[in-house]
Amino acid sequence: MRRFGHFWWDFVVGDDWRVAVGIVVAIGLTALLAATSAPAWWVLPLAVAAVLWLSLRRVAG
Amino acid sequence: MVEALTIVLAMGVTRGWRSALTGAVVAVLALAVIVGVLGPALTVIPIEVLRLVVGALLLVFGLQWLRKAILRASGWRALRDEDSVFARERAAAEGAAREQHIGLDWYGFTVAFKGVLLEGLEVAFIVLTFGSTQGSIPLAIAGAAAAVVVVVIAGIAVRGPLSRVPENTLAFAVGIMLTTFGTFWGAEGAGVDWPGDDAFLPVVLAFVIAISLAYVAALRRRKVAFA
Repeated sequence: MRRFGHFWWDFVVGDDWRVAVGIVVAIGLTALLAATSAPAWWVLPLAVAAVLWLSLRRVAG
Repeated sequence: MVEALTIVLAMGVTRGWRSALTGAVVAVLALAVIVGVLGPALTVIPIEVLRLVVGALLLVFGLQWLRKAILRASGWRALRDEDSVFARERAAAEGAAREQHIGLDWYGFTVAFKGVLLEGLEVAFIVLTFGSTQGSIPLAIAGAAAAVVVVVIAGIAVRGPLSRVPENTLAFAVGIMLTTFGTFWGAEGAGVDWPGDDAFLPVVLAFVIAISLAYVAALRRRKVAFA
């Protein structure tokens, strides 16, 4: 069961769990902002750009 | 799929085609069962919930692909070399002990089965996520099946690993598409109304392409500076 869980974690999340955490937080923020009258469409694209860059920087020193 | 073909070819050449092809066919059948069971189950979930969950999963999964493709394109990670993978699999297969089960060479069968199943799970994941959110799993299956046919025909034609396939370019394109759709559906599932609705999708696509190319350029400069 543990190996099964590990396989799916590795399959979806991969070698940088921070990306998954960043995306979950960004979607949460998007949902919070979307619940108000303010436009929320820009949050996730910007979060994707930031999360991806931070993850790349971790590898490329 | 190219990786799976390389593994099956290596097993076929060294351990016999019967065991390798049986392993590949059993894996394809297992994947068909997974899609067949999960596909209808996903259609009963409300579309908003589905887009949120599928969008988030697709985005995390797509960023994994895109991250690897950017690192490879910028020289921070080695490009996958199908010729060396083929040689490695072949050497391992030649050194493995011969063990027969139900008339099959067990090593050739299991390695081909695992290779096709694990690589195929990525395809099944994409088929299920795209098919369920767009309400047409059969169309997504047809698209994936067409891609499998193309790869198999190419493998038969060259009778060797598909080393000339620009694999990182394909991975880059897949990563961009998964990230784009994941961003679009994930935001929609979180309650966002995109300006212009679906017409905004090409804008998100252009944005993901632009940042990816910019990151490749920036990391290449860093690589040169570190050298």
